[in-house]
Amino acid sequence: MIRVQENDFDIGAELKSLVKENHKVGGLCSFAGLVRDMAGDDKIGAMTLEHYPAMTEKALAEIDAEANRRWPLEASLIIHRFGRLEPGDQIVLVATAAAHRQDAFEACQFLIDWLKTQAPFWKLEETQEGSHWVAARDSDDQAAQRWKK
Amino acid sequence: MKLLYFSWLREKIGIAEEDALPPESVTTVATTLEWLKSRGGGYEDALKDLALVRVAVNQNHAKLDDPVSPDDEVALFPPVTGG
Repeated sequence: MIRVQENDFDIGAELKSLVKENHKVGGLCSFAGLVRDMAGDDKIGAMTLEHYPAMTEKALAEIDAEANRRWPLEASLIIHRFGRLEPGDQIVLVATAAAHRQDAFEACQFLIDWLKTQAPFWKLEETQEGSHWVAARDSDDQAAQRWKK
Repeated sequence: MKLLYFSWLREKIGIAEEDALPPESVTTVATTLEWLKSRGGGYEDALKDLALVRVAVNQNHAKLDDPVSPDDEVALFPPVTGG
């Protein structure tokens, strides 16, 4: 399941509803991404996430489907926010549920690594010196690279 | 062709989207970028370093030699930074 939204989400409620009534689930793994207040030496006041709505839905659905092809998951979830966010705010939640922990761990890491290089979001950071677009990081490409088949 | 621009490409070009009829020479992602760059001004500035530009055709990530037709939706943007 995927969701792209401006509003915040409740991690506990989302995880609970993901595995509700499914007693085949033995392991539930999740990752949440938050807005930090520093980027290098710059203090971040806020960040605005821009996205490409028609493609975002499609890209996230493909990432979610790929995780389900690679691992025997009972359930999976991607929630990604857009709009203006402040330090401490939640940006993204990915969660995977499987019979065993190994599949849940790996699929969860795959989802966030893959999403970072595939989903069409761009971050505009507001600092005291003005606003600037965040550049993509090589380390994110490398993290995604290890899942390449 | 429906053209969409995001992030700093949108800012440099000055608009978020437009409909435009490409010349017949435009058949691939690479020739689409050449055509747009030849328009000069903000386009030329935004597209001066193509290593920083990514393209999606009909909402799918595309490579330079992928085909493009006048009915396609073509989006230009920098490498993504979500998550």
